[in-house]
Amino acid sequence: MLALEIKDLSVRFGEFWALEGVSLAVPEGAFVAIVGPNGAGKSTLLKAVLGLVPFRGEVRVYGLPLRQADPMWFGYVPQIKAFDRSFPALALELVLTGLRRSWPFRVSPKEREEVLRALARVGAEGLAERPLGRLSGGQLQRVYLARALIRKPRILLLDEPATGVDRVGEVDLYRYLEDYQKASGATVLMITHDWEAAHHATHVLVLNRKVVGFGPPEKALTEACLRQAFGHVGHAHGLFVEGSRG
Amino acid sequence: MAEALGYPFFQRALLAGLLVALLSGFLSPFVVQRRLSFLGDGLAHAAFAGVALGLFLRGEPLWFALPFTFLVAMAITFVKERTELSEDTAIGVFFALSVALGAIFLAKARGYVGDAMGYLFGSLLAVGPLDLLAVGLMALLALFFLPLWGPVAYATLDRELALADRVPVVLHDYLLSGFLAVSLVLAVKVVGLILVAAFLVIPGAAARLLARTFAGMTLLSLLLALLSTLGGLFLSLALDWPSGASVVLFQALLFALALAKTGLSGGK
Repeated sequence: MLALEIKDLSVRFGEFWALEGVSLAVPEGAFVAIVGPNGAGKSTLLKAVLGLVPFRGEVRVYGLPLRQADPMWFGYVPQIKAFDRSFPALALELVLTGLRRSWPFRVSPKEREEVLRALARVGAEGLAERPLGRLSGGQLQRVYLARALIRKPRILLLDEPATGVDRVGEVDLYRYLEDYQKASGATVLMITHDWEAAHHATHVLVLNRKVVGFGPPEKALTEACLRQAFGHVGHAHGLFVEGSRG
Repeated sequence: MAEALGYPFFQRALLAGLLVALLSGFLSPFVVQRRLSFLGDGLAHAAFAGVALGLFLRGEPLWFALPFTFLVAMAITFVKERTELSEDTAIGVFFALSVALGAIFLAKARGYVGDAMGYLFGSLLAVGPLDLLAVGLMALLALFFLPLWGPVAYATLDRELALADRVPVVLHDYLLSGFLAVSLVLAVKVVGLILVAAFLVIPGAAARLLARTFAGMTLLSLLLALLSTLGGLFLSLALDWPSGASVVLFQALLFALALAKTGLSGGK
């Protein structure tokens, strides 16, 4: 079954086309690494799938038009951004929004237990009572991941989840993702600049406003594809899958 | 002081003040966390234009200020949502427009302007039975806003996550602006045009210094708004000071105490 079916998707910001005629069929349980240069429309693609930006074309989720898809099917980890650090909130409250889709006025003991389990799953059990404003980038990323996982999503959308995370944290992060995917059979779409992570995905989407390549890493991560997307191959040289040059 | 409670004018001012304190104490955390202090100022100036229009047309100023301020709040939100202009720019435009209109209405209303000081700084004597009724109705209406506390707070922290979860964030923005506008106009009689914006900022700001959670901040803000209104109105009566100035002074005192506590404890 297809988890996500995107047909002829285009997104325009004023005169600028961020995405043009993107078509894509993502099978259930796929782990898709999305790569492309800056400004390629990677984040815009995830936002279109979440309904955050107006688009032309069609997005179907498990066969249903996007509007009919339950928002609880999606677990979204946004890019670490300059979010409002002055907002008085504890990590556990943010995680709980993943279940409630609303800010909690009070947290019941049952909810607290569930949040603690979600935080433990990403190695962040000690952060529950910590104010959000005092978390490091890596800790914040784990809390956002716990927030996405607590709702047991069918589709996980991650926008550069390893940004601001040290190497050890990055390895942990990918392990949590893999564990979750194995246990749940969820579909994962992850924007990454990490070529190694892209090689471990079941599918790679090479994007530069249009689909440049999509398929298993050995098919998508070719020199020709990367040259077309990036204009050069740069540090990706030597990372092509054997026999895929040309 | 107890005998003051026997005066009907003081009973009305006190009741209206406490109801307005409940409204502003509830809204203040949103104003602070969404950085809407300038919106409060902009709407206060819109209320000034509305009051001036009322004086010019020789009607009850409050009934002109209410729709006028509400419309300006909607217009500011519309410009923010539908254009690439920032909210403070939109406020700046309507702020200036309101002051210009207010000045013209006041100039034309010369000779009919009543107690201008009352409108500028608030007056215990200014709260009539109809004003009290309006504040009471608004407080009742505010009860319908209570279930929106969670979704609006969610969008206050992370608008994108709330939108992804299909929270009607834009509708809530309009509701919040409208609620702010109406509460602000209703507070004018007690607090005055000049200080009414502070009424929407200081309780939330003081609460933010003390609270760890947004729920805690909201409860503290309500408590501080009620305390300062109570203290300020008695101060106003005892010393014959303008009521708005007395309440805001009391709020500033509570803010200073919160600041001192935060400073002494080296943070929260």
